[in-house]
Amino acid sequence: MPKEEGLISWKKLAPGMAILKPGNSVEFKTGDWRAFRPILDKEKCIKCGLCYVFCPDLCYEKDEEGYYISNLYYCKGCGICAQNCPRGAITMVLEEEI
Amino acid sequence: MKKKLIREVSLEEAKALKIRKKVAKEVSVAIADAVAQCKVDVISAYPITPQTHIVEYLSELVNNGELESEYIPVESEHAAMSACIGASAAGARTFTATSSQGLLFMYEVLFIASALRLPIVMVIANRSISAPISIWNDHSDVMTMRDSGWIQFFAENGQEAVDLIYHSYRIAEKSLFPVAINIDGFILTHVIEPVEFLDQELVDKYVPHLKMNYKLDPKKPVTMGAIGVPEIYTEAKKAQDEAFNSSYKIIINAWKEFEKLTGKRYQPVEIYKMEDAEVALVIMGSLTETAMNAVDLLRDEGKKVGLLRLRLWRPFPLRDFIKAIGKVKAIGVVDRAVSHGATGGPVGIEVRSALYQSNKRPKIVNFIAGLSGRDVTVEDFIELFERTYHAIKTKPTFSYKIYGVKE
Repeated sequence: MPKEEGLISWKKLAPGMAILKPGNSVEFKTGDWRAFRPILDKEKCIKCGLCYVFCPDLCYEKDEEGYYISNLYYCKGCGICAQNCPRGAITMVLEEEI
Repeated sequence: MKKKLIREVSLEEAKALKIRKKVAKEVSVAIADAVAQCKVDVISAYPITPQTHIVEYLSELVNNGELESEYIPVESEHAAMSACIGASAAGARTFTATSSQGLLFMYEVLFIASALRLPIVMVIANRSISAPISIWNDHSDVMTMRDSGWIQFFAENGQEAVDLIYHSYRIAEKSLFPVAINIDGFILTHVIEPVEFLDQELVDKYVPHLKMNYKLDPKKPVTMGAIGVPEIYTEAKKAQDEAFNSSYKIIINAWKEFEKLTGKRYQPVEIYKMEDAEVALVIMGSLTETAMNAVDLLRDEGKKVGLLRLRLWRPFPLRDFIKAIGKVKAIGVVDRAVSHGATGGPVGIEVRSALYQSNKRPKIVNFIAGLSGRDVTVEDFIELFERTYHAIKTKPTFSYKIYGVKE
């Protein structure tokens, strides 16, 4: 992993590191340290949405066809969706094997 | 006939001379009165000896309708500081006070108050830390928060404690840092002293209505206390550190403004008979007045001794301190807390570090005295001066001595 560098100059921070723009946490990438990625088998999926319900990061979104797809910008690869899928349609695959 | 020492002054004359009425008050009550004059919005506190009288009296003022503040009788000191943080983040002027274990119980949130840049003012009635359990005075409680990013003052007497309340609100709100005012437990808190207050009109001018640029307001939402990932934490700390060091100027300006209004001069380092001093003691808090008597007695014997008192402890007034030591050959630092396993007491370490890169390199000896309210008398200070004199001719050591301990 590359060494972290400063995101922004200290001179540009608001006092107390207050964040002045509401709702900007969506820009905060949380999925970059994921080890496993959920892979959906659409043949098995019944579009029940339990993965969407159980995901602790609320990163599942419904696509145009009605399938629930995890947003990899946020998905941390915890595997809760795969555990709870009643049809075993989600498989956790190691990132380096993809 | 006995010479009349006190001249009677007419009211008009007193006004012209800026002489204000002095009132005999217990210092804790006087502090509470000054806090009330600053029109605090929220007081959140938990009682602990020897601080209790301050918040007890404030609760009376609120209860009697004499002070329009929200008084939150919280369940602990951790909650006291947390409530101050919440109120301050919402734009309120806040006050709390504590001592010893109480300060330690709020320790975790102290750092949050300073890092979020909240202008909270707290009085610490300094008391030693358990164990063994003790309610008496030393500085071991506040020294634990040395690195917390709070502006820290030490008062010498009740009058200074009252004036520091006015200063602290102005300084806190201009610098956006919390301020701790240290007063020696019992020695100051429970003593009745003649104290003069600023007229309310002057207080209103000196401590104007608080207006925070960023506050928790649903109409203009901001986030405070967000996560600091490795990519931002260093920058956040750098910003805090730069701002904290530049609070020094705000402190000096607040004191200059106070001098204009009242004629009273406050400085980061107070000196006593330092002009030609060869040997000096460095002290904080109320013991200084006892030490002054020792200086006077030794001066009568022709010994060139002086005193340095740190009023401002954080940010450490480095330049003022180096200037104030003059041409002394030896300094005796009187610490009132033990830093186990360190090279000295907290003040001793600071003084050595401050002078290491300086052109002035007097010998430094470090004493730890007056733990848990044990008296440090005039005779003791004479002894400490003599030991400091002795250091001029001896090899310097990096150790410290716990003074007055029974072998």
